[in-house]
Amino acid sequence: MAKYLLLKHYRGAPASVNDVPMDQWSPEEISAHVQYMNDFAARLEKTGEFVDGQALAPEGAWVRYDGEGRPPVTDGPFAETKDLIAGWMVIDVDSYERAVELAGELSAAPGAGGKAIHEWLELRPFLGAPPTTADCAFHG
Amino acid sequence: MDDALLRSLAPSVLTVLVRRGSDFAAAEDAVQDALVEALRTWPADPPRDPKGWLVTVAWRRFLDAACADAARRRREDRLDAEPAPGPVPGVDDTLQLYFLCAHPSLTPSSAVALTLRAVGGLTTRQIAQAYLVPEATMAQRISRAKRTVSGHGVSPARRARGRFDRPGDVATVLRVLYLVFNEGYSGDMDLAAEAIRLTRQLAAAIDHPEVAGLLSLMLLHHARRATRTASDGSLVPLAEQDRGRWDTALIAEGVGILQAALARDRLGEFQAQAAIAALHADAPTAEETDWVQIVEWYDELTRLTDSPVVRLNRAVAVGEADGPRAGLAALAALDASSPGASSGALPRRAAVAAYLHERDGDLATAARLYAEAAREAPNLAERDHLTRQAARLNARRGG
Repeated sequence: MAKYLLLKHYRGAPASVNDVPMDQWSPEEISAHVQYMNDFAARLEKTGEFVDGQALAPEGAWVRYDGEGRPPVTDGPFAETKDLIAGWMVIDVDSYERAVELAGELSAAPGAGGKAIHEWLELRPFLGAPPTTADCAFHG
Repeated sequence: MDDALLRSLAPSVLTVLVRRGSDFAAAEDAVQDALVEALRTWPADPPRDPKGWLVTVAWRRFLDAACADAARRRREDRLDAEPAPGPVPGVDDTLQLYFLCAHPSLTPSSAVALTLRAVGGLTTRQIAQAYLVPEATMAQRISRAKRTVSGHGVSPARRARGRFDRPGDVATVLRVLYLVFNEGYSGDMDLAAEAIRLTRQLAAAIDHPEVAGLLSLMLLHHARRATRTASDGSLVPLAEQDRGRWDTALIAEGVGILQAALARDRLGEFQAQAAIAALHADAPTAEETDWVQIVEWYDELTRLTDSPVVRLNRAVAVGEADGPRAGLAALAALDASSPGASSGALPRRAAVAAYLHERDGDLATAARLYAEAAREAPNLAERDHLTRQAARLNARRGG
């Protein structure tokens, strides 16, 4: 099994095919979308492939250390050009192919006009712990 | 096995151990071990005397741990505080436990976790699941919390009695219980029901109108719970809830408790909030809501706690009682008095403004504000609800 992170973006991803802001959809289209997302997560729980899913608020700030005894520096809110993550889902699947298949399904969530959004999702494999059975041959 | 019965025994078992001479932290660990053991063995082998069983097992665990501890310290001093296990005393120090677990030096999240474990008798795993954090994280949070309260010299019960039985501390306990109630329902643990159980138990242990006020408030909100979300998980606003499905028994109980509390003429924040909830519960339809009285209660609340959140809710009530223009004027007054309120610092301000503008007939402004409110929404259910409102108005304007 291998874990993958599916990242959804507010900004920064290539434009989706059905690219209409959500408040321009009809209330029924919003309900259908929410239902699709819930069903998707529920189905993955049933197949034993769901790990975690969270949504992030659009606001935020950059923060960094500013030296001993000084408060951290913050820079925010984010500039309009910043790549902005909207949320994530972590899945635990048997293969890269399965991860791609599931990301494709998630991207097919319905949007305006009830048609699939074709949203670009970022798919990122986890760097896990080394397997206990693998000796580090290249050190020898 | 009745989990609630098991949990209700936890605080008195804990106070028995403390009375026998255990310090609070060790006693709490021992009771937790006994609870976990009970959850494991009781279903197949229920004890005749559940409390006696828990006391015996917890005390044995405490002694084992204390002996192991003493052994580690080179056995130089025998456990001299070890009293003979006597009969279980009838006196209950549960109230002291509430005060201890809501100690002002604890952060809210620590006080909540400690209360749920020591007073509520929940296992660390259940608390962790309810708050969606790993069990090890919750275990650490609880042991840190115990170190904090132990550092305040409150380990033996006799010291706790002297220092923590002050009426002023009731407010801290109520805030903790209110936090638990608001967490609602996540995972397998019904925290709202648990908060009600703990508040009932507190109300039985102390005669205080604000404890009654909080209990009433919880019951009145809980009575509407089934109608607050649709089958697809979406939020149902108060005005659209199916009032026929409100739990009338809970409402009657909540109103009765509130009336008895109000009669004592020591008004507080929770009684005022419960009074507002009772007026909503009392209306057979949304249209028949007594908004004029609700505004009066918000005025009382503003006197008791002049918070922007209260004044925001008051603006909604004014909008219903005197029309949307009056509501918008109340909102403008709020913006003027608390800078930042209009610029996103006050949660749900945009949603309230959107609602009032819609009722005033300004659909374009309302749609824009609903979309803005959706972006600022603190959770997904609210975000979806507000996006739907924006979409509904946009569809009406376009169509």
